[in-house]
Amino acid sequence: MAIEVRIPTILRTYTGGEKAVSGSGASLSALIDDLEANHPGIKERLVEGGDLRRFVNIYVNDEDVRFIGGLDAELSDGDQVVVLPAVAGGC
Amino acid sequence: MLPVLTIDQATYDAIVAHAKRDHPDEACGIVAGPEGSDRPERLVEMVNAAGSPTFYEFDSTELLELYKEMWARDEEPVVVYHSHTATEAYPSRTDIGLASEPGAHYVLVSTREHGNNPGPVEFRSYRIIDGDVTEEEVVVVPTLPDTSH
Repeated sequence: MAIEVRIPTILRTYTGGEKAVSGSGASLSALIDDLEANHPGIKERLVEGGDLRRFVNIYVNDEDVRFIGGLDAELSDGDQVVVLPAVAGGC
Repeated sequence: MLPVLTIDQATYDAIVAHAKRDHPDEACGIVAGPEGSDRPERLVEMVNAAGSPTFYEFDSTELLELYKEMWARDEEPVVVYHSHTATEAYPSRTDIGLASEPGAHYVLVSTREHGNNPGPVEFRSYRIIDGDVTEEEVVVVPTLPDTSH
């Protein structure tokens, strides 16, 4: 068993074009480290200064991780993780 | 091939109406279409969670719902639009820095001239890829060309 991670278009350069990859980890930060090991460079696009980047959303089983512990959010085998960049801007 | 956004009149009008309605706050939304088709077919107005005249952001829960719906329908965001309410319809540094759909047409509507009232608006479209902005022509057609075979 593993954790499926849905990768947004803009980060597929790190996954060889794959829309979804699998990873493992007991927490979101462990999962991101595992992703980084297989897809070098992806971590920097998700994490900045030890925290989740402000304009990147990560969901675990449809819940925004900001509401369930952020990088410390606990994960289990079979969880569905989705990464979506914010759609945002301003004048 | 020169970049161009081809959009139907009804969708164009609906984006403009949304921008005027939400003025002086920025309005935002997308037009989804079948993956790889470059056809903006299904307008989805989004709530500006920032509720601001100078910033827009999709609510994170609504963003996930939107993408799940598009994935279920084999769609992608063909157009990502928002309005500028006091400045020209050109991507700001923030817009460029946060643009994360390299395949999308980024539409900017400026309501600075007439606000909520009738009257022309600036309606311009751009590609934003890796921080590079390329303006493209906007072609408004009565209906999108029929591609059924």
